[in-house]
Amino acid sequence: MQEEIVKNIILGEDEDYIINMGPQHPSTHGVLRFEVSLQGERIKKVVPHCGYIHRGIEKMCERDTYAQIIHLPDRMDYLSAHINNEAVCLCVEKALEVDVPERVTYIRTILDELNRIASHQLWWCAMGMDMGALTTFFYGLRDREKILDIFEESFGSRLIHSFNTPGGFMHDIHPGFQKRIKEFITYFRQKLPEYDRLLTNNVIFRERSIDIGTLSKDDAIQYGVTGPSGRGSGFSCDVRKIEPYGVYSRVEFNEILMTEGDVMARYKVRIAEMYESMRILEQLVDNIPAGDYSAKMKAVLRLPAGEFFQRVETARGELAVFIVSDGNKSPYRIKFRSPNFSNLFIISKLAEGFKIADLVAISGSLDLVIPDIDR
Amino acid sequence: MAFNIYDFTEFTRNIDAGLRSAMSPGWAVFVEYLIIGLIFLLFYAVVGLFLVYAERRVCAFIQNRLGPNRVGPQGIFQTIADLIKLLMKELVPIKNADKLLFNIAPFIVIIASFMAIAAIPFAKGLHAIDFNIGIFYVIAVSSLGVVGILLAGWSSNSKYSLIGAMRSGAQVISYELSVGLSLLTIVVFSGTMQLSAIVASQADYWWIIKGHVPAVIAFVVFLIASTAETNRGPFDLAEAESELTAGFHTEYSGIRFAFFFLAEYMNMFIVASIAATVFLGGWMPFHLGPWTGFNHVMDYIPPFVWYAGKTALVIFIMMWFKWTFPRLRIDQLLTLEWKYLLPINLVNIVVVAFLVLMGWYL
Repeated sequence: MQEEIVKNIILGEDEDYIINMGPQHPSTHGVLRFEVSLQGERIKKVVPHCGYIHRGIEKMCERDTYAQIIHLPDRMDYLSAHINNEAVCLCVEKALEVDVPERVTYIRTILDELNRIASHQLWWCAMGMDMGALTTFFYGLRDREKILDIFEESFGSRLIHSFNTPGGFMHDIHPGFQKRIKEFITYFRQKLPEYDRLLTNNVIFRERSIDIGTLSKDDAIQYGVTGPSGRGSGFSCDVRKIEPYGVYSRVEFNEILMTEGDVMARYKVRIAEMYESMRILEQLVDNIPAGDYSAKMKAVLRLPAGEFFQRVETARGELAVFIVSDGNKSPYRIKFRSPNFSNLFIISKLAEGFKIADLVAISGSLDLVIPDIDR
Repeated sequence: MAFNIYDFTEFTRNIDAGLRSAMSPGWAVFVEYLIIGLIFLLFYAVVGLFLVYAERRVCAFIQNRLGPNRVGPQGIFQTIADLIKLLMKELVPIKNADKLLFNIAPFIVIIASFMAIAAIPFAKGLHAIDFNIGIFYVIAVSSLGVVGILLAGWSSNSKYSLIGAMRSGAQVISYELSVGLSLLTIVVFSGTMQLSAIVASQADYWWIIKGHVPAVIAFVVFLIASTAETNRGPFDLAEAESELTAGFHTEYSGIRFAFFFLAEYMNMFIVASIAATVFLGGWMPFHLGPWTGFNHVMDYIPPFVWYAGKTALVIFIMMWFKWTFPRLRIDQLLTLEWKYLLPINLVNIVVVAFLVLMGWYL
C-alpha cells in the first residue's frame, strides 16, 4: 500500500528529467517543494509537496483559550497578520454576540487595508526578484518600511502584532496614528507610479508575463482560487463586497476584476488594489469615532455550544474560520480555510507546458506564503 | 601629434633592447613573457577585485542603499576581505562528480578571460602582443570560456548545473555571431583587424561619430550581445538565481567559485575594453578633426585615463541594465538573437560596406 502511494507520487518514467525545486530554493519563498518533470526546459508536470513547515496550529487551538487562540493565526499568513487575527476575533465576537465599539471596527478596517498594502508591497518585491529584477526588492521594502513604522509606533511590533483581543484591542492606538497614515498616503501616492515605471512597463517583464500561466474562470472557481489571483481571472470573490464585515459596507471602493487570467492580470489586480486600499484609508482615517477601544469582556470566554463561521478577505484571498464549540473555554475543533492552500494546487495546471522560468513567474504571481499552506 | 610624452613605444623598446643585450634572445623573450605574465596576473586580480567593489557600490546606488562602506575608506577593502574569506573556505568534494573535469573547469574559464587581456592596447605602445588579427584573436579566445562553463555544468553531477550549462552553451554560441559581426562593421570601416591600427584610425574622430548611424547600431548590438556573451543580467540565464539556484556553479565552493566569480567580472572588463577600443577610440583622446587647438588640449589628458574612463563608462552601462531589467526567458533570449540582432547586423554590414565603397564617412 505504502509503496503504491510512493509510486504514484514520483512522476513519470526513468527517462524524465526530474528536478526538485525546494524545500530550500530561492524562488519558493519558504519550505515548499515542487517536483518538476522536465523535457529540456519545458515543464511536463509539476507536483507541489507541502508539509515541511506544518506546526499543527489547528490542534494547538484546541488546547488554548479563545484569548490565546488570537495569537496563532497570525503565524499562518504572517504578511496578513492583522487580518488573520481579526478573523478569529470576529468569529468569537459573533458567537458571544458582543457589541464591539464603533471605534474598534473603524481601526480594524484601517489596519486591514494597511496590512493589505504592506503585503502587496512585499509581493511586488518578491515578484520582481523571481523575474530577475533585483532592484524591485529594495524599492518595495523602502515603502513597506513606512507602514511597519506605523505598526511599531502603535503596537510595539512590526510584523506580527497580535493587537486584537476578542471584543477590541489590547490598548488604544498611538495619538500620532492618523497623522502618520496621512503622511504615508501622500508619500505612497507619489511612489506607487514608480513601480509601474520600473517593472510593469518593462518590455522584458511584459513579454514574460502576458499570456503566461492563464487561469480560466471555471478553474479558479473549481479550485477555489480566491483573492487577487482569482480576481485576475474574473472570479468575483472579494469577501469585503460579498459579505461585508468591519466598515466595508460604509466605504466606497471597487472590486478589481480582470478577465485575462495570466500572470500580468494577477499582477495588475494587486497593483490596482493598492490604489483602492489607499482610497479606503483616505475615507476612514479622519472619521475614527471616539469611544472605548474594547468592549467589556469576561476574563474567561466560553462560547455557547454550536458551530460558528466567519470569513474575511486577506491579502491573498478568502480566510474562513470555523469553530465548533462544546461550551468549554477552548474550542472542540477549529478549522482555518487558508487562501494559500487552495491557491497553491492550481499551479500544476497553470505551469504545464511552459518553461521552467515561467514556473517561477507563475508561483510568484500566485503570491504564496508557505506557512499559510501548511499551518 | 602631441602625445609623445605618453608614448610607451620607446619605453618598451628600450626594455627589450636592454634585455637582449644582457642575455641570449631566447632568454630575453622568456624573461619578457615572465614579466608580462606577472604584471597581468597582478592587474587581473586588482581589476577583478575593484570591479566587484564597483558593482556592489553601483548596485547599491541604484537600489537606494549604501553598499559596502565599513572596511577601509568607503569600503574599498571589502572585496579583499571577501577574497580572504573565500580562500579559507572548504572545497566541498562532490560525490560522483567527474573529479578531473570538475577541477579543470574553473581554470579554463579564467584562462580564457586571462588570454584576452593580452591583445588590448592600454595606451600607445602599451600592449602585450600587437596581433595583425587582434579582433579575431579576442573573439576566438573569449569564446573558449564557454567550454569551461559546459564542463562545470556537466561534471558537477547536478541537475541545476546541467540546465545552467546547456543554457549557457546555447546562449554564448548564438551571441558570438552578433559580437563578431558588430565588430566586423568597424573592421570594414577601418580596413584592419589590428587593434592598435584601429585605435590609430580614430585620431580625427572616434568610429562611433565617424561611422554615422551604422556604427551606433553596431555599438548597441555589441553592448547587448557582449552582455549576453559574458552571462550577465538580464541575460544571466546560466546562473538564474531564482530558477536554478546558482546555475552552472551551484556545486562549486571556496576559491573555485571565486574563479568563476572573478572571471565573470574580467569578461565584463574585457568586453568593455573592446567596446571602448573599437567604437570609442580606446586610449585616443577625444579629437574633433580639424580643430587642432581643441585636440591639443585633449592630448594633455593621459591616454590611460581616456582608456580607463571609456571602459568604466561601458562597464557602468552594463551594470545599469543588469540591476534594472528582469531576466529573459531562454526562448526569448534566442529569439532576440536569431530574429532581431543577427538580421539587423547583417543588413548593417552591407550598409557599412556600401558606405565605405562610396567613401561616405568622415
